[in-house]
Amino acid sequence: MASNEEILAGLAEIVNEETGLAPEAVELDKSFTEDLDIDSISMMTIVVNAEEKFGVRIPDEEVKNLKTVGDAVTFISSAQA
Amino acid sequence: MARKVVITGLGATTPIGGDVPTMWKNALKGVSGAHTLEDDWVAKYELPVHFAARASTPALEVLSRVEAKRMDPSTQFGVIAAREAWADSGITEIDHDRLAVAFATGIGGVWTLLDAWDTLREKGPRRVLPMTVPMLMPNGVAAAVSLDLGARAGAHTPVSACASGTEAVHMGLDLIRSGKADVVVCGGAEAAIHPMPIAAFSSMQALSRRNDDPEHASRPYDLGRDGFVMGEGAGALVIEAEEHALARGARIYAELAGTSVTADAYHITAPDPQGLGATRALKAAMFDGRIQAEDVVHVNAHATSTPVGDKPEYTALKASLGKHVDSVAVSATKSQMGHLLGASGAVEAVLTVLAVYERKAPVTINLENQDPEIPLDVVTTARDLPAGSITALSNSFGFGGHNAVIAVRSV
Repeated sequence: MASNEEILAGLAEIVNEETGLAPEAVELDKSFTEDLDIDSISMMTIVVNAEEKFGVRIPDEEVKNLKTVGDAVTFISSAQA
Repeated sequence: MARKVVITGLGATTPIGGDVPTMWKNALKGVSGAHTLEDDWVAKYELPVHFAARASTPALEVLSRVEAKRMDPSTQFGVIAAREAWADSGITEIDHDRLAVAFATGIGGVWTLLDAWDTLREKGPRRVLPMTVPMLMPNGVAAAVSLDLGARAGAHTPVSACASGTEAVHMGLDLIRSGKADVVVCGGAEAAIHPMPIAAFSSMQALSRRNDDPEHASRPYDLGRDGFVMGEGAGALVIEAEEHALARGARIYAELAGTSVTADAYHITAPDPQGLGATRALKAAMFDGRIQAEDVVHVNAHATSTPVGDKPEYTALKASLGKHVDSVAVSATKSQMGHLLGASGAVEAVLTVLAVYERKAPVTINLENQDPEIPLDVVTTARDLPAGSITALSNSFGFGGHNAVIAVRSV
């Protein structure tokens, strides 16, 4: 079980790998599309990499609800529980 | 009177140089880009061929990791060459609606396709990358170049196996002459040094098996030739309506005087032994450029180093140039860099333009016992080309019976 801080750090690493954004730019209140300029294709890659990293399943229909980094951290955290 | 088209920018990434200046220096010196492959898969799949000519500068040393992630290796090479050609052209301002791309590949995103297939089988559909389709599609390279340079007058991908790169230059000339564009970035890219294409080309007996001596394996016109050597990379040219180039005071390398494409309709892979399709292509390109046989001083030959392929090209050159064929300096540059498949015509177009501009014919290496049935004047040490107005031809032929020729004239 990863803490929320560990999930955030892990997500930041995945986002950096996919987009080159500095990990510290990936903050809880940032919107994936509006603030981080992540398109839908990159988002799917990030989701699949997060699934593998955290051992969870993020259904496709759930992805559109993950508007901010914080939404993703919350979802992953509850899915791990 | 057709619009006159000139060449104003050159780019390349090849087994004998990661940019045009390095490639040209080596092409005049005569080096081999072929080396033993160190990859585990050579032994794992017991490939009959253990060597190839890899790009001398890996794409990841030029592109950022993030931009490379969204491109198949063939597209990475194409974008690298196109950026060099674009920078070389010196174009700073342009009407992007008048800028087109004609960028070819022979095979396309074979690494992406087969990686995705492996992923599907090993990890399931969820793990197949969402970028798989745009990365594997053959037009991926033209699309990436168009996106990179903001080319909005169309992005085209001629696919005609090993004639693809030359056909792209042909298409570029057409786009400008027909008024659809003022400037075209044309070229070809290939990255197929992967175990499957090596196995497939091997099984058709097309590849050299000189495993103990890769540097001497590509030997066009030599009696000991036993097949081609796989190469990879890309070549790119910026071609431009002459009035457009003059208006911006561009450095003009040469005129793209004429081009042509024909089809053999003879056999799916074997060249017509009489070289009839190639002859028609040569004659058509010369007619297109209003070129007499005596104008031609240099030919960059297709010459892949296969036992059956090299001779019909000689037959075609003789049929189209007549007795003058004996006075033409012929370079078989695949001897140095292997066969870049769909990129080969584009890289050879770059070399042909440089030969005319610098008035030097590049070197054919590994010619020790010239096949007496191919009595061409083959350039084995860099040779000066004459002063005055000169013309050079570059030939490419592809599986499927595709023949493409371009003619480049000094300005």
